[in-house]
Amino acid sequence: MNATNPDTGTAAAQSNIGPPLWLLAEVTYRCPLQCPYCSNPLDFANTENELTTDEWVSVLRQGRAMGAAQLGFSGGEPLVRPDLPELIAEARHLGYYTNLITSGIGLNEAKVEAFQKAGLDHIQVSFQASDPELNNAVAGSRKAFDQKLAMARAVKAAGYPMVLNFVIHRHNIHQMNDIIELCDRLGADFVELATCQYYGWAFKNREGLMPSAHQLEVAEREVNAQRQKLADAGSMMKLIFVTPDYYEERPKACMNGWGSLFLTVAPDGTALPCHSARILPIEFPNTREMSLKSIWYDSPGFNHYRGDSWMPEPCRSCDEKGKDFGGCRCQAYMLTGNADNADPVCDKSPHHDRILAARRAADHATAGLEDLTYRNTRNSREFFRG
Amino acid sequence: MDQTPRLRPGFRFQWEPVQNAHVLLYPEGMVKLNESAAAILSEIDGASTVTEIVARLEARFPEAGSLEDDVRAFIEDALQQHWIMMV
Repeated sequence: MNATNPDTGTAAAQSNIGPPLWLLAEVTYRCPLQCPYCSNPLDFANTENELTTDEWVSVLRQGRAMGAAQLGFSGGEPLVRPDLPELIAEARHLGYYTNLITSGIGLNEAKVEAFQKAGLDHIQVSFQASDPELNNAVAGSRKAFDQKLAMARAVKAAGYPMVLNFVIHRHNIHQMNDIIELCDRLGADFVELATCQYYGWAFKNREGLMPSAHQLEVAEREVNAQRQKLADAGSMMKLIFVTPDYYEERPKACMNGWGSLFLTVAPDGTALPCHSARILPIEFPNTREMSLKSIWYDSPGFNHYRGDSWMPEPCRSCDEKGKDFGGCRCQAYMLTGNADNADPVCDKSPHHDRILAARRAADHATAGLEDLTYRNTRNSREFFRG
Repeated sequence: MDQTPRLRPGFRFQWEPVQNAHVLLYPEGMVKLNESAAAILSEIDGASTVTEIVARLEARFPEAGSLEDDVRAFIEDALQQHWIMMV
């Protein structure tokens, strides 16, 4: 079987396609939380048949042999996989820098210690807000916040570098100062203040999540002031504020270019150039059927948007195409119906008015948290039953 | 002032054959190092002082002459980047 015997020296492997330096292992779509901005596909409940332990080990070995150095265990909630310690140990043994991206739900001190013994390098804990009430309302779980706090402290006490991640949206964007002060008290090394990007469930809930331009401006000012305060105090805590695409005039260089650095393997073995790409009308290969090497270098799915010969105008003649690669294919697809188009974030795009309309809507949005569609199996089934 | 640098917890220095380079790995990040940065980082072990590191590098690369300024400049920069810290 191909998947367990990485082939060597395919024709394309000798071309100018670089190695996949980052491997994201989405080991499951199962998750105890229900965040309405989840980046998993809307029809995640339609995905069964998770890769087995042996199949994941094979993916990890092939990826490492190809040059992947960073490995993320993600999901869903990766902690629901009972074989996680085994996968971590294998990954570390292979030489990966291993990152566990978790909600903290299902974690306990014993697991924190067991993962460390297995060689885990880093645990990123996500929060939904700086206070229990809002946090738990967004997560759709009454006990989430206290558990997250306890686990952040356990991660710190075990000596891991600590990254705390907050997804920012119109209902928590006023908490910047509180969030940063909480992170400082917990002793975080890195804090990601990631303004929601509109994929998966977040696209479905965009009107109820997107901050207004004014909210964003205030938040950015607060983050900058906090950054200065931390620098003056000699703190090593780094704040990473991710601004939303929807307030840019030029698109991001999505994934640093299609099939350039990032390789995601979804729970069922589907290999993707990014975790959102399975929404695209493109056939993506599966690690159960092809070697990772053939997938990366030779598969039509991964070669689909490499280079720039696929670009229509205005990208084709644009002098910035080598910088942003036309932006995000998923965003182009969701907003224009054709994934070849320029990312409408770009103000040169003929579809940029759709971004402007979303901004105007954000200025007048009134939806509360109760109006959002929460990410759970019941809601997901609605999307594939139609 | 002769301090002892160490890698920041959670940072790992290793050789990557596919990239044909040493890299510094940290939470969700990676820096590909040039040869001189790699040579300096390879001597940072949490026990050796900057002076000792300079001496060892000058012994390793006798044709390079005095390395004091280069090493100190790199260590200053790596401290600013929070890749390393003083013991």
